[in-house]
Amino acid sequence: MSSPSASRLSMYRDMVRARYFEQRVYDLFMEGIVKGTTHLGLGQEAVAAGFVAAMRSDDLTFCTYRGHNHTLLRGAPMAALLGEMAGRDLGICGGKGGSMHLTDVTKGAMGSYAIVGAHLPIAAGAAWAALLRGTGQVAVCFFGDGTTNIGAFHEALNLAAVWKLPVVFVCENNLYMEYTPISTVIPVEHPAADRASAYGLESLLVDGNDVDAVRTLATEVIERARRGEGPSLVEAKTYRHKGHSRADPGKYRPQEEVDAWLAYDPVKIYRARLTADGVGIDTIEAIEREAAAEVDGATEQVRNAPPPDPGTLLTDVWADGGSAWRN
Amino acid sequence: MAELTYRAAVARGIAQEMERDPSVVFIGEDVAAAGGVFKTTEGLLERFGPDRVRDTPISEQAITGALMGAAMNGLRPIGELMFSDFLAVCWDIVANQIAKTRYMTGGQVALPLVIRTANGGGTRFGGQHSQSLESWAMAVPGLKVVAPSTPRDVVGLLAAAVRDPDPVVFFEHKKLFATKQDVPDGEIVDRLGIATVVAPGSDVTIAALAAMVPVALEAAGRLSESGVSAEVIDLRSLVPLDTRTLLESVTRTGRLVTVEENPRLCGWGAEIASIVAEEALWDLDGPIVRVTTPHIPLPAAAEMEDLAIPSADRVVDAVLRIT
Ligand SMILES: Cc1ncc(C[n+]2csc(CCOP(=O)(O)OP(=O)(O)O)c2C)c(N)n1
Ligand SMILES: [Mg+2]
Repeated sequence: MSSPSASRLSMYRDMVRARYFEQRVYDLFMEGIVKGTTHLGLGQEAVAAGFVAAMRSDDLTFCTYRGHNHTLLRGAPMAALLGEMAGRDLGICGGKGGSMHLTDVTKGAMGSYAIVGAHLPIAAGAAWAALLRGTGQVAVCFFGDGTTNIGAFHEALNLAAVWKLPVVFVCENNLYMEYTPISTVIPVEHPAADRASAYGLESLLVDGNDVDAVRTLATEVIERARRGEGPSLVEAKTYRHKGHSRADPGKYRPQEEVDAWLAYDPVKIYRARLTADGVGIDTIEAIEREAAAEVDGATEQVRNAPPPDPGTLLTDVWADGGSAWRN
Repeated sequence: MAELTYRAAVARGIAQEMERDPSVVFIGEDVAAAGGVFKTTEGLLERFGPDRVRDTPISEQAITGALMGAAMNGLRPIGELMFSDFLAVCWDIVANQIAKTRYMTGGQVALPLVIRTANGGGTRFGGQHSQSLESWAMAVPGLKVVAPSTPRDVVGLLAAAVRDPDPVVFFEHKKLFATKQDVPDGEIVDRLGIATVVAPGSDVTIAALAAMVPVALEAAGRLSESGVSAEVIDLRSLVPLDTRTLLESVTRTGRLVTVEENPRLCGWGAEIASIVAEEALWDLDGPIVRVTTPHIPLPAAAEMEDLAIPSADRVVDAVLRIT
């Protein structure tokens, strides 16, 4: 056992909260309560949970549109996240951002980014500020396998490496970029790990469905960054249980592949491992009950919440709170 | 004649041109095997094969750069940017390279290419997947800018764009993908730079583009109930711009309202207003009014987005203010 049991239970709690939360997001999308789009991280919870467990509370996370889990696990209130996706006034961004832009600055969740690759240089910049200001913070930046093909990925890695920035780039390799298998659009086997050497970085691969393994590696690379030893690029292999977004049934994936990964579910694996390690079933079930109750509570709050005040349409473009551009 | 959706019209337009001209090729993210994230390119891979219909990595600079290089060397490539917002990711290639090359090479290099892209709001996708960016493209000399509002026009204008000897940015509106229309069988080819009067009228000219055309038509319908006769013009392309149709209409009606989905500042309506002010001021009977999205990024929440994007109500109000 690599971790003290209290924090292992807390990682299990995180994964279960994320799992139940996103299952509810899916249901509410199908019901028309959550509008626009959603990109679920169902099946990928161990990456967020393992990294968050290794972070200091003032560390910073940057994630993609598929960032509900990361934002939730950094500590953003569940009802405010759900409310944002449903476009209600209690939304964490007041309904202005929507599901792809969940942000809670108070928790160091520095945004969800909907343009592929954009947040890698941004995370590098935040890490640079941490270095200059001597805060000791580390920036952790999550993105997908497909992102390794965009220019911003390469520019950010190079900059972070030459400036020795305290940033950890985490590629969640779920094998697909939208509907296209990543293997058909890259010339190497591991989209991130095989490119690390081009930036003088170690090739780091981890089983992204094994939360203990993720946490162990995360602790190592985050602490390395904090000691001033520069950035890391981690590739965590995982799989999304649902389609790319919205109601996508994911038919472009072979059924045997889907079945194999569904059987290798990070939540189920961890539940079994904890049980085998002697954690009582009562403890586990209590965690699950609490998570379910939290999701139900957040859902009720959102169902009862009004849409944003129309007056807020014209607020927050400028620092003075307004949107005026002429006198 | 068959009923066609705006979505299916895209594939039909591309297929029509690929069938006709073997130098037409098509690339983009998820466009081949998956048929496009908006299902606008279904069947093209099966019909034309993987050499001519190709999936790319998530690499907008590589996509647009490859279009340019291919166009320089004998092809007539069509590329898809999944959302027009991603123009920002490859704006160097589009605005500095593609747009300026014919001019900067003294006319040596032609770039007959088309960048197709899904534009516009109303889908609750939030500020980075909902923008109406025709005015960005319009501001760059060397780019033609087309934005159809009907399935028929998608086919005809896409054909015109592919056959055009210069680069064209072709904006397809997400909100219109599901709309339907009876479209004639056989080849359809339009010319760029021809606006259409989609509803005749005598009291006011309403100029609109893409998803704002149905909004303007709805407003015109309502206005006629209150005795105001509005003429609605679908501009169809911003570059080249059919100022003749526009000025002819405004000279007759004496009033102009533009309906733009883009945020206020420097939207295409400002250019049109300035042309009309310069060339038809003495024919005007009232101020030109622009109905636009306020100068804000688009919000995601449904109620807020609906409040932001011009509605028929707002167009009616604008017209009633000047008639
Ligand atoms: C610049 C840019 N190009 C294309 C897209 C459309 N798009 C959104 S998600 C996505 C796939 C991303 O794949 P990956 O990086 O593997 O992340 P995943 O969705 O699998 O988490 C694409 C192509 C985008 N948002 N931004
Ligand atoms: Mg992926």
